[in-house]
Amino acid sequence: MNSESTKLHLEDVYKTYGEKLVLDNIDLKVTAGELCTVVGPSGCGKSTLLRLLLGQEAADSGSILIDGKPVSHPDPVRGIVYQKYSLFPHLSVFDNVMLGLRFASSPWWLPWRDSPEHTAFAMHMLEKLRLVDARSKFPHELSGGMQQRVAIAQALVKRPPILLMDEPFGALDPDTREQMQLYLMELHEELALTIFFVTHDLEEACFIGSRLLMISQYYADDRELNVGVKRGAKIVADHLLQRQPLASTVKDTHVFREFITELRQTGFNPANKQHVKEFNLLHPNSFQTLTSAEHS
Amino acid sequence: MENSNKKFTPRLWGVHAQQFRWLKFLLGALPFVLMVTAYLWASDVRHEENPDDKLLPSIAQMVEAVTPMMFKENPRNGKYLFWDDTLASLQRLAIGICAAYLVALWLGVNMGVFSGMESIGGPFSTFVAMIPPMAVLPILFITLGVDELGKVALIFIGTTPVMLRDIYLATKALPREQLVKSLTLGGSDAAYVYRIVLPQILPRSIDTLRLNLGAAWLFLIAAEAIASTDGLGYRIFLVRRYLSMDVIIPYVAWVTLLGFMLDYSLRKMSRMVFPWYHGAAK
Repeated sequence: MNSESTKLHLEDVYKTYGEKLVLDNIDLKVTAGELCTVVGPSGCGKSTLLRLLLGQEAADSGSILIDGKPVSHPDPVRGIVYQKYSLFPHLSVFDNVMLGLRFASSPWWLPWRDSPEHTAFAMHMLEKLRLVDARSKFPHELSGGMQQRVAIAQALVKRPPILLMDEPFGALDPDTREQMQLYLMELHEELALTIFFVTHDLEEACFIGSRLLMISQYYADDRELNVGVKRGAKIVADHLLQRQPLASTVKDTHVFREFITELRQTGFNPANKQHVKEFNLLHPNSFQTLTSAEHS
Repeated sequence: MENSNKKFTPRLWGVHAQQFRWLKFLLGALPFVLMVTAYLWASDVRHEENPDDKLLPSIAQMVEAVTPMMFKENPRNGKYLFWDDTLASLQRLAIGICAAYLVALWLGVNMGVFSGMESIGGPFSTFVAMIPPMAVLPILFITLGVDELGKVALIFIGTTPVMLRDIYLATKALPREQLVKSLTLGGSDAAYVYRIVLPQILPRSIDTLRLNLGAAWLFLIAAEAIASTDGLGYRIFLVRRYLSMDVIIPYVAWVTLLGFMLDYSLRKMSRMVFPWYHGAAK
């Protein structure tokens, strides 16, 4: 992997809230075209990591680079799809999708003037997400799955170098959810997107990801236990996933089930404390910078 | 088979009650009918004792008193008293409440979005909202004069802080995700305020405006009662000296009707202009 295709580069990132260390020396490299899923037990700092990437909050130390540039406040360098509130309720589906293009092309105090290319591109996105018939509806008239499709289209018209997704399918019913998962995988392959996908659902993470990151606060290292060392979550596993041909039946296979059980042991079990040197960081892009205290 | 549930549905009392359309209408009209009947009956009783009774005038007396005010031109200035009063009052009300609304909307939205504005305006607006507006009326009359400005200023001072606070809180309640989303789509600060926040706050602010119209009428009538030469409030308090209930009652009814029509048209307009707001609220 050459450095040019590196979309996201985190090194030695720490984040504390008050007394609590949340993220503890996070190192991560994501290259173009990866669909990187992030899982972990609740409270492990997945959402914190996402906020750092968004620039909504600043890390205490360490560097976060997107396309080689340090991140600052939220800007079009990354797109975001939330579980809720992604859409603007006062705008129709079409206007929601056009918003990113309009922000860039007209000043805020003038009525929007759409160039034909922009309109065509937005319509193209709507077509891709099968939303053409719903284009003049308001978000509250849509089903949950449709709303999330609009949110994806809305983020994608800006062609962000990296698309962040924060449990985007968490509020959907199981059927719609699976449809959306298949759908996202299709889009990912077709448009060669780089996606950073945070979820609490292990099955979902294993199913859709081309790479799986496990963040967990349950691990051991060489730092003394008795001197009040503050410890936060780390990336405890980093797997390259073999993307199956797009079929949801894979979820029922024995191998898939076993893999999930293994992952659950690694990250979700407080009693199972792997040592930092034993983390399963098999992904070719994976790297780990341990301090001398962590591994003496 | 008939729906066996149907015959157990009560029509009036209890949480399971369901009214037919005509029954709903009838029930709604009932209090009005009762009020008018009670009045007419009382008025009739008093007129039997004393045909010249002024306290509870009959409909005929009211019509007789108000008709010349409505349709008889004043030979000196060519004006119709009733319509002139209405116009004067509505003008004051409109200027006062519109100015208050615009200031409250702009400040409220900006204070809700920008923490710097919030820090400057927050404590002060909370403090100003505590001032009883009627208590500063003398100050307004002394400094601004007893002409239009003083009355408009009273309405403005009386309604701005409440509307400001409401709009500010509504703006604060918008999910933070919308700001981040708007920024990642390339929106500037101003674009966020005027393209994302303001359009979403507008229908909400119409609700606030409707609620505060009542207060605005109160301040208007009070200001007119104290120092004025025309206006609905002025007339009501003027004829009080002659116990002219036959003018007061139609005037009060007229003020009520005006208030109702304003409220109704604002509500209808909001439903037409912001269908997404009323659809989503359901």
